[in-house]
Amino acid sequence: MKPAVQVQKTAQNIVLPDLNVKTRTKILTVLKKDWQLYSLLVLPVIYLLVFKYLPMLGNIIAFRRFIPGGSIFGEEWVGIQYIQMFINDPTFWHVFRNTLTISSLTLLFCFPAPIIFALLLNELTSKKFKKFVQTVSYLPHFLSMVIIAGMVLQITAGNGPINALITSLGGEPIYFIQEASWFRGIYVTSEMWQGMGWGAILYLAALTNIDESLYEAAKIDGANRWKQTIHITIPGILPTIVTLLVLNIGSLMAVGFEKVLLLYNPLNYETADVISTYLYRIGLESSNFSYATAIGLFEALIGLTLVLSANAISRKLTDSSLW
Amino acid sequence: MKESVQYKIFKVFNVLILLLVVYVTLFPFLNVVAQSFSGEAQINAGKVGLIPQGFNVGTYQTVLKDTQFWVSYKNTVLYTVVATTISMVMTTMFAYALSKKRLAGRQFFTKFAVFTMFFSGGLIPNYILIQQLGWGNTIWAVVVPGAISVFNMLIMKSFFENIPEELEEAASIDGSSTYGTLFRIILPLSKPILATMILFYAVGNWNSWFGAFLYFDKKELFPVTLYLRNLIKGATAGLSTGATSADNLTQIAANIKSVTMVLTVLPIIMVYPFIQKYFVSGIMLGSVKQ
Repeated sequence: MKPAVQVQKTAQNIVLPDLNVKTRTKILTVLKKDWQLYSLLVLPVIYLLVFKYLPMLGNIIAFRRFIPGGSIFGEEWVGIQYIQMFINDPTFWHVFRNTLTISSLTLLFCFPAPIIFALLLNELTSKKFKKFVQTVSYLPHFLSMVIIAGMVLQITAGNGPINALITSLGGEPIYFIQEASWFRGIYVTSEMWQGMGWGAILYLAALTNIDESLYEAAKIDGANRWKQTIHITIPGILPTIVTLLVLNIGSLMAVGFEKVLLLYNPLNYETADVISTYLYRIGLESSNFSYATAIGLFEALIGLTLVLSANAISRKLTDSSLW
Repeated sequence: MKESVQYKIFKVFNVLILLLVVYVTLFPFLNVVAQSFSGEAQINAGKVGLIPQGFNVGTYQTVLKDTQFWVSYKNTVLYTVVATTISMVMTTMFAYALSKKRLAGRQFFTKFAVFTMFFSGGLIPNYILIQQLGWGNTIWAVVVPGAISVFNMLIMKSFFENIPEELEEAASIDGSSTYGTLFRIILPLSKPILATMILFYAVGNWNSWFGAFLYFDKKELFPVTLYLRNLIKGATAGLSTGATSADNLTQIAANIKSVTMVLTVLPIIMVYPFIQKYFVSGIMLGSVKQ
């Protein structure tokens, strides 16, 4: 060991590779010198362990018998009993289909809406009007789901404004929330109402980053505004579109649990009941914790698979990926 | 270069379309406000659109006299303040530590946090955990489990990373400890991001209801969102769809619900014009990171 190297071991070059110094002593030295920095990690790491990782391990009760009040990891192994249970449960497959239908419809309608909205905003000449429309459009994003549900129920009520319009046009009132056939429409429309403005933010930012000289060049070439949109604007925001599409596909299984829970009722279960609400009723209303956990684990694994594969595809197709 | 006729026509329609968007976005709000000042009979007859019918402020008086409403409102304020404080302390500590390149295991701890964004324990294991901790019917059940939003933490981390290293080096040469540097140099420079984060957390906490719904069965602990939820669910009388026995199965008058909705959303609407730019800048920071 050269003494010169040791002398140099000050704060700036502590990372110098020195194979002769034992790693443990190095860690101790670092901790002693920099304990204040490491102390900042203690509470957050404990928090993540207890409130994020412990529940992850708690999924083990999908394979173990659980007694309320007993260990959070269950009492004894029961194998794949609960997995078989949901595979053979027709209601599970029904809610599984409902989940996919609702989330696909949401993706189909609510994904393009902010893009179109951003493009329309981009064509406004008046900056003030643009700012006004934007500010109004963000507002629903800040509301509690309870308020959203309250508004939905009020607007679609038998004596609500929509039915007032229908009857004034000579139609019969529709009891939207009590008819299974209307649930998907209500869900998707309210999602769009809530998310379109907020969803446009990133597109608007991408739009401002498009090089103005491209438009100038296109104008000289005689391209009209529509052609400019197709050939300059849309390619300009394409990376953003792809990234957000990946994120959306990744969360395909995550239908708004709170919203469904607040809006559904036995009259519209047929179309409204989704995996998360079904497992909520199984677990917390019928106290069948292990069975509900098995369903939840299955859902979470599908979600994780979707995120990972969507990200991998995005990395292949474009340069942009989430990690 | 002059614009074509088609483009001029399009621009007119564009303004009309966006005005329609504004109208559709605002209509539910205005309808709720109109109902809150209307008579019950007029609402039931389907007469209330944007203008109150049978104008009265009696419903406001009724709701504001309800002790349960005030208890819930105070609970919401308490939970929001406590939860936001916990979140800010935890998120700042975590983000600052992870923003330092000299932190050994920095990559590992970041991944350790990010993984929880994509995989989680799920409803039932979380429920069991809170019950095992004995946190049912305590404030901890609603202020601790959401303490760190990893998304917010990453936004904050990238903000800290952009603060010039030299500032801290200068401080540490002057003998400042890590804590001292954090409090005297970093935090004062980070006021915009701290404001944004406080707003992110505070709005989320103000709006949340599900934790309280899961873990509370004592009415005196309910936040106003849960109080409102029970009013709303009470309206679909006889259709008990939630879990709790707290479901009010009697018909709740529409104007009572509207007034409660207005009062619940009022603080958000009042601060909204001032805070929305912070939210937008926050979300932009987050996306740059990604």
